[in-house]
Amino acid sequence: MLFTEEEWKQQLVARCGEEVASKIQQAQVAVAGLGGLGSNIATMLVRMGVEHLILIDFDRVDFSNLHRQQYFAEQIGVYKTEALAENLRCINPYIKLKLCCERVSEEKLPQLFADADIICEAFDKPQAKAMLVNGVLEYFPGKVIVAASGMAGLGDGNLIKARKLNKRLYLCGDGVSDCETTSVHAARVTLCAAQQAHLVQRIILGLEG
Amino acid sequence: MKLNGETVTLTEETTLVSFLENNGYSSNKIAVELNGDIIPRSRYASVILTDADKLEVVCFVGGG
Repeated sequence: MLFTEEEWKQQLVARCGEEVASKIQQAQVAVAGLGGLGSNIATMLVRMGVEHLILIDFDRVDFSNLHRQQYFAEQIGVYKTEALAENLRCINPYIKLKLCCERVSEEKLPQLFADADIICEAFDKPQAKAMLVNGVLEYFPGKVIVAASGMAGLGDGNLIKARKLNKRLYLCGDGVSDCETTSVHAARVTLCAAQQAHLVQRIILGLEG
Repeated sequence: MKLNGETVTLTEETTLVSFLENNGYSSNKIAVELNGDIIPRSRYASVILTDADKLEVVCFVGGG
């Protein structure tokens, strides 16, 4: 092994202090959708020190994903849950992952998200986004959801915002750029993913009030 | 009544679902907060809006 679990932890402590490191390492975060947003969010969270992740996606890696998603050529055809798990373990081999290779539906919300403190909405379809946001807000009074809407196209990157809509709902994106009418590009999508990952870290550390 | 911070005039009391339809929202692509509370989709037809209400409608677009 290149480093021990304790060495990874000590590096995090050296970077942020004992208390912050402890909060980050104990957080349980779900990433629903492992595409352009989700694969990037999960990668950043692991690098930031998050260890407990629930990764949810029914799909396989496709050639058309490589231009913006955190997968590699040799992973085409592999289930995204498996491929991403492999990639994330190359960053920190000691992460504790729950992999759910399935479609999210309202009926499955309790079983999929029971253990998560914070849920990242990283779907592509607006109906799925609405279903998950409404479901979390209605059925999980203790959980927070960080959703995304509008990150397609080549418009001004400064329009990719992070907004707190209420105590439990955050929304990132420009709110309007729809992938059905405009193509998606790596940097602008990753801007949105970074806004989401940054918010997750702030929420974990109690910086969002 | 306020809709996403802007004042709108309600000519009569209306149900939330009618208001959403009349304003071009698709019920399955939105989240609705009325006076600070999230309204489940199952209640869109039964909630009546009045001029004193503050409505926030988040409309999701595709991509991710």
